[in-house]
Amino acid sequence: MTTLVIAEHDNKELKPVTLNTLAAAQAIGGDVHLLVAGSGCGAVADTAAQIPAVSKVLTADSPAYEHQLAENVSKLVLSIAADYSHILASATTTGKNFLPRVAALLDVNQISDIISVEADDTFKRPIYAGNAIATVQSADAVKVITVRGTAFDAVENSGGSAEISTVGESCDAGISSFVGEELAESDRPELTAASVVVSGGRGMGNGENFDLLYKVADKLGAAVGASRAAVDAGFVPNDMQVGQTGKMVAPDLYIAVGISGAIQHLAGMKDSKIIVAINKDEEAPIFQVADYGLVADLFEAVPELEGKL
Amino acid sequence: MKVLVAVKRVIDYNVKVRVKADNSDVDLANVKMALNPFCEIAVEEAVRLKEAGTADEVVVVSIGSKSCEEQIRTALALGADRGIRIETEDAPDSLSVAKLLEKVVEKEAPGLVILGKQAIDSDNNQTGQMLAALLDRPQGTFASEVNVSGDSVQVTREVDGGLQTVELAMPAIVTTDLRLNEPRYAALPNIMKAKRKPLEVLSPDDLGVSVSSNLTLLRVEPPAERQAGIKVGSVDELLEKLRNEAKVI
Ligand SMILES: Cc1cc2nc3c(=O)[nH]c(=O)nc-3n(C[C@H](O)[C@H](O)[C@H](O)COP(=O)(O)OP(=O)(O)OC[C@H]3O[C@@H](n4cnc5c(N)ncnc54)[C@H](O)[C@@H]3O)c2cc1C
Ligand SMILES: Nc1ncnc2c1ncn2[C@@H]1O[C@H](COP(=O)(O)O)[C@@H](O)[C@H]1O
Repeated sequence: MTTLVIAEHDNKELKPVTLNTLAAAQAIGGDVHLLVAGSGCGAVADTAAQIPAVSKVLTADSPAYEHQLAENVSKLVLSIAADYSHILASATTTGKNFLPRVAALLDVNQISDIISVEADDTFKRPIYAGNAIATVQSADAVKVITVRGTAFDAVENSGGSAEISTVGESCDAGISSFVGEELAESDRPELTAASVVVSGGRGMGNGENFDLLYKVADKLGAAVGASRAAVDAGFVPNDMQVGQTGKMVAPDLYIAVGISGAIQHLAGMKDSKIIVAINKDEEAPIFQVADYGLVADLFEAVPELEGKL
Repeated sequence: MKVLVAVKRVIDYNVKVRVKADNSDVDLANVKMALNPFCEIAVEEAVRLKEAGTADEVVVVSIGSKSCEEQIRTALALGADRGIRIETEDAPDSLSVAKLLEKVVEKEAPGLVILGKQAIDSDNNQTGQMLAALLDRPQGTFASEVNVSGDSVQVTREVDGGLQTVELAMPAIVTTDLRLNEPRYAALPNIMKAKRKPLEVLSPDDLGVSVSSNLTLLRVEPPAERQAGIKVGSVDELLEKLRNEAKVI
């Protein structure tokens, strides 16, 4: 039994979420191989080889994989799939994009967004915005799985020395191409990996007011998130959306400011260790999940909080 | 160009689902059902393409029991031209849905197939990608902008780091994200008109697909309940609790 994990990276650095996905692979048992598919991604493979949980690093270096185009990466994974009992990727927008293609090409279902490994064929996953947890068993020959990073503790990232080998021909399907990207630049920690997250909702009123949250975040070394309403209103960009259909976070401390607590928002943050809610409406549902609720006008409470940190 | 839209009947997004006492599944008896919000966005996008003259016909397809004709009618009231329902008993798994849709695509030959990125019941986020793979066609998932020009389409995608734009050769598969558009409300006359639009019913046999699944739902349980918290009276009290009780700052 050998599991293949597909590494998440930007051709320069291995993304930390890969370490969480490797933890799920370890829980399944057996050998774990890590595929680094990219362009000019040798440094990523070198980092990956130091992860003790990985027994072999496979690299596929080609311009066809530079932007992780699903049409190309899925063909590559398919070309090496025969050796594996399980194929895993992180439940990020990259993993969710290409892995279902791999599953379909292998004529199996994908088990999406697992939060625990019960046995090598049985997994738990949230459904209905996390209002129910399903235990599913798969009789498919290969288990194709995306993993929710926040549900697994990262494996060690140093001390190992896995062999690195090259795999696959360059698979360019030739039906899609990369045009451009607008990536958010930020010195703050990445939302899904941060130990403190401060999020704002419609109650923030506008984009400038998010500065109040950035100041608090800078004092706490926190990432800043948002509700869908704040993103839809154009206060902040889409990559900040926390929730059922945005990012899943589970920090030690989550501070929800001017967020009512709709089920879709709760789905993305209710596994946080400590939840603080600041809202002027004492009936707001967010208080039902908050460890510490402060009924207050955020325009008074947040600057005061920042001043006293 | 024809646009095919796949729509799913799901629990209304405002309803908080409950787990059955015997832990066999969630309880959907007497629960309000609706068109999956992402599918509604998909229908809206297709109708806009038609209004812009880019598309000439919008076909909606849903897979399930007779009750999902209600959602097909909703899509027809939003402006789709005709509906197809594929008769299946229980909710088929994603691979089966993708295989059925593959056959519909072969039959209808649309230039664009639009699906929701995610059904808000299963939260799978995989059917569109599977369909694209089975057809060996490109995909633009989590779309916040779709621009058709000639025989290619540019799709701007909502990705974890921000936005990414790809260009796809058509026919192509698109899955919608929340910011793609804001669906219209169906006007009453259109709801009436929708009742007379054609709705064809097919069986998986008609399409030569056998629906089965290797996935077994063993158990469904409610998520761990959070301990009820407290209200603090001031910012000072909040900080004191965070420092000394929770020890998170
Ligand atoms: C298919 C679908 C998917 C969705 N996915 C997501 C998702 O991933 N993430 C998500 O967040 N939402 C999602 N939603 C939207 C969700 O249903 C809610 O609409 C949204 O979360 C509401 O955002 P909000 O709490 O910021 O806004 P509101 O519900 O409008 O709440 C604003 C809150 O701010 C408070 N407030 C206002 N002014 C002040 C002030 N001065 N001081 C203190 N408090 C103040 C108000 O009391 C109120 O509670 C989704 C919806 C659908 C249909
Ligand atoms: N039973 C179904 N009938 C029609 N379309 C479906 C069905 N199930 C899923 N889909 C489509 O696939 C999308 C994604 O669903 P999922 O992959 O299950 O999250 C939905 O938004 C629909 O567009």
